[in-house]
Amino acid sequence: MRKVEMVMILGSVGLLLIVLELVRQRRLKEEYSLLWLLTAVVLLALSLWRSSLDLIAQLMGIFYPPTALFVIGFGFVLLLLLYFSTIISQLSGQNNSLTQRLAILDWRVQQLEEQIHGPVSQFDRNQKM
Amino acid sequence: MKVVGKRVPLAMEILVIIPAYNEAHSIGEVISQVRSSAPEADIIVVDDGSTDATATIAQAAGAFVVSLPNNLGIGGAMQTGYIFAAETGYDIAVQVDGDGQHDPTEICDLINAMEEYQADVVIGSRYIEDRGYITPFLRGVGIFILAYIVSLIIRQRVTDTTSGFRAVNRRVIEFCAREYPHDYPEPESVVLFRRAGFCVREIPVTMNPRYGGQSSITPMRSFYYMVKVLLAIFIGLLRRVP
Repeated sequence: MRKVEMVMILGSVGLLLIVLELVRQRRLKEEYSLLWLLTAVVLLALSLWRSSLDLIAQLMGIFYPPTALFVIGFGFVLLLLLYFSTIISQLSGQNNSLTQRLAILDWRVQQLEEQIHGPVSQFDRNQKM
Repeated sequence: MKVVGKRVPLAMEILVIIPAYNEAHSIGEVISQVRSSAPEADIIVVDDGSTDATATIAQAAGAFVVSLPNNLGIGGAMQTGYIFAAETGYDIAVQVDGDGQHDPTEICDLINAMEEYQADVVIGSRYIEDRGYITPFLRGVGIFILAYIVSLIIRQRVTDTTSGFRAVNRRVIEFCAREYPHDYPEPESVVLFRRAGFCVREIPVTMNPRYGGQSSITPMRSFYYMVKVLLAIFIGLLRRVP
């Protein structure tokens, strides 16, 4: 076994273990770990099963097969980044509506408080919060 | 003050929406002008996470003040006003900027034009008539290009798509509460309105130089503004009609 193959295998096993450990500790949600796990498993499979990597490298016109592994890994990283960009957009949309809702509810609470206790100055309100 | 003949029928519940981000120097004056020129209207100031006294001054001046805990940008702040209007049951909403650029005495003109032209949206335009508003050259070019592209898309001539001085009816209030563009919403919303089948009209208005503060659009951001708005408009066209 050549050095480069050892590095490839250790690298992908390491990635797999880190992702699994993060999920176990609940620092990474299962739904967001799936793409990471897929990345690690594909990289590991290609490093162990050398003939398939050689075939893919040949199909892609890459002379040195381990380079194909980096290209594939890079593709997965791009996919992950894109995926997380969509999640960020979704979160920012939800954050947006929550902020709007919160502000309107806050105003209503203030109106109700004033109906019950009489006008409350902005200063008192800030003190309470 | 306007002459009596220009008053709006009292039966309509009107809400003036003023988005404000750190406009403490001008907001009080804007509110008192709105109150004197449209006394029948309620006023909501959407304080977009200001760090100055905007909220306190606006409240003292007699507006409803809804304070956003985070800065959402003009689109998110405007939409807050529309959600408020939709839930509280207003018939007409009028957008006015908090920096004093718009002349509150023309609110009645916007609302009357809605009735006169049977329009769902009436936009106050600086460029229908020359009323002495001076636009910096590059910005003028940008505004012209935007207006040209938007006119082509909606197959209707519009001159001032960046104007935030607008009146809309109940149907549009409900639409905006559901669907409103984010960063720089004005040009995009014109396209959205037309695609949703609303009747959009422009009337000439006079805009003042701002009392203080800066345009949210600095020269540095102008390029980003154009790219973002055009991207949003063109991608919006690829979506199904909302």
